[in-house]
Amino acid sequence: MTIADPRAALPRTDSAATRVSDVLWRRPTLLLVLLLTPPVLWLGIIYLGSLFALLLQSFFSIDHFTGLINYEFTLRTYAELFTPTNFDIILRTVTMAACATLASAIIAFPIAYYAARFARGRWRAVFYIGVMMPLWSSYLVKIYAWKLILAKEGILTWALEKLHLLWLLEAYLSLPVVGGNSLSVSPTGTFIVFVYVWMPFMILPIQAALERVPASMLEASGDLGARPGQTFRHVLLPLALPGVVAGSIFTFSLTLGDYIIPQIIGTSRLFIGQAVYQHQGIAGNIPLAAAFAVVPIVIMGIYLTIARRMGAFDAL
Amino acid sequence: MKTQFLTAVVASFTAASVATTSMAQMTEIGEGEGELSIVAWAGYIERGETDPAFDWVTGFEEATGCMVSVKTANTSDEMVALMNEGGFDLVTASGDASLRMIAGKRVQAINTDLVPSWSTVDDRLKDAPWHTVGGVHYGVPYMWGPNVLMYNTEAFAEPPTSWSVVFEETTLGDGESNAGRVQAYDGPIHIADAALYLMTHQPELGIEDPYELTQDQYDAALDLLRGQRELVSRYWHDAFIQIDDFKNEGMVASGSWPFQVNLLKADSVPVASVIPEEGATGWADTTMLHADSEHPNCAYMWFEHQLSSNLQSDLSVWFGAVPSVPAACSDGRGMQTQEGCDANGLDQFEKIRFWKTPVTQCESQGECVPYYRWVSDYIGVIGGR
Repeated sequence: MTIADPRAALPRTDSAATRVSDVLWRRPTLLLVLLLTPPVLWLGIIYLGSLFALLLQSFFSIDHFTGLINYEFTLRTYAELFTPTNFDIILRTVTMAACATLASAIIAFPIAYYAARFARGRWRAVFYIGVMMPLWSSYLVKIYAWKLILAKEGILTWALEKLHLLWLLEAYLSLPVVGGNSLSVSPTGTFIVFVYVWMPFMILPIQAALERVPASMLEASGDLGARPGQTFRHVLLPLALPGVVAGSIFTFSLTLGDYIIPQIIGTSRLFIGQAVYQHQGIAGNIPLAAAFAVVPIVIMGIYLTIARRMGAFDAL
Repeated sequence: MKTQFLTAVVASFTAASVATTSMAQMTEIGEGEGELSIVAWAGYIERGETDPAFDWVTGFEEATGCMVSVKTANTSDEMVALMNEGGFDLVTASGDASLRMIAGKRVQAINTDLVPSWSTVDDRLKDAPWHTVGGVHYGVPYMWGPNVLMYNTEAFAEPPTSWSVVFEETTLGDGESNAGRVQAYDGPIHIADAALYLMTHQPELGIEDPYELTQDQYDAALDLLRGQRELVSRYWHDAFIQIDDFKNEGMVASGSWPFQVNLLKADSVPVASVIPEEGATGWADTTMLHADSEHPNCAYMWFEHQLSSNLQSDLSVWFGAVPSVPAACSDGRGMQTQEGCDANGLDQFEKIRFWKTPVTQCESQGECVPYYRWVSDYIGVIGGR
């Protein structure tokens, strides 16, 4: 043997760390298990476990006078969701979520398109800061600011008065359903604030999706004689749809769960988030709160299924 | 012979049950346990941290060695929920929470003999039905006050004399309708305000107590509230949002607490308050002791402290409330004066119907609509049903 055993040349260092390192090198599976256990435990016990604890609560019921929870399996609490009052809350929230999502998508698309296709250099930075900056300030500050903007004696009314356009606002506010005494106490006010607050969550995914659409495809479409509208409908929108759907998942689910905006701005009519908050925190009716909390989960499940059927995730 | 035997058995059972009832009470106060946790309304337990002039905790801690910790609750329902969870000693419960906790066996009976200053409590509060059940006391009165009608002095030429300005569409002193310019409380207990209004305006309904309503009376109250929904743009829930609405939203009248009235006045907003001719609802809070309290000795020391120290007087200034010990208004133990107590509603006691939980078995009539229906139906009324 001319070649010496290389290990013989190395000094033997039998420190604990070295031995551990050797064992891990020889058994890669062990390393994998060690690395994966903490996050899996986190996801399994703390994240999903708490969700299941909540789901479990929804199968109990409450003694309405003493407020003590009856720990027996029952579907009575779910039946309560379908009383007219509670069902109104669900319908109201879903309608608001759908309207806010649709409006966000319509407003966000051109902004994202501009940012993805035309903004360069400094304008790109301005775009990112402009979209992200509202996220840096406190959520509550933004809502209270909107309360003041939309108030009857607020800046918007003042501006319209100076422009002699107050009649326009008043005509709008006299409409049934969307109107009210002032914007800040009307469903329209709630809608405006929802659209404002969730807008960045819609713009960013759409922009990411549009950046991945090759410009050559749009040019090819034009070369083949498609009008801009046709190009948009048959090429751009289908390719950008995963981004729109991703954004809509954010805006839709965030609206379903929010309980602060409708409490400060709007008609005092409850949304699902407020119902959960009131039944849990105030009335101590955890079963009904849990049942209400299941509603957005079910709705999102249905929503994602429909989106998948429509092929929104095919491009993923 | 047999009858005698039966009588003896029944008598011994009765004696035993009486004995167990009194066993549940404390019979003497031992050493303090060094700690005391209280569930309280915001601003109720002040230790001089908000304003150095208002402190009724540090003196207690120094004298007894019981360190006080406070958990603030925003609504009666939250208080019941916290006490159901457990881990607290005392709760400053309003009448719409106290009976629920007694029924749920969350609080224990109080031996008033162990509270030397019990005799100084306002006689009208000593046996009040919201903390006394079957002659047994379940708490010590803390503070009380009215739910006043707050109004904007520029919109009203004369102070309003009736709650009708928040229940029915009328033209106000400034020539405009009240629609969209009034508010109502966003809690189911507001149904009682409607019932109180109907006691005067629809006497044929025969309402004797606004918290004890038969189905017909209850339906009439809900109808009145549905009409009110047309006038109210936004119900108030948070005292500070109501203050903002009176400043920026053009609100001119609402049921309110002296707390908001005082803050708005301090901000030079032209508001004032009255108790209209129909009377008003009010809150009377009682300190109650948790059934499984771990610091009962400290709790009994607190009962005595709450009645005899500067607490009653200074708290009534701080909160715009009325002391449960009338002497605290005038004997100089704190900052309150007789005029201040009168302004907060001391002489209006007879006009006030205090919050209590509506129950199915009610005293004034056979069967009444219970509280859980008030909760769900009021959500419905606000939702436009």
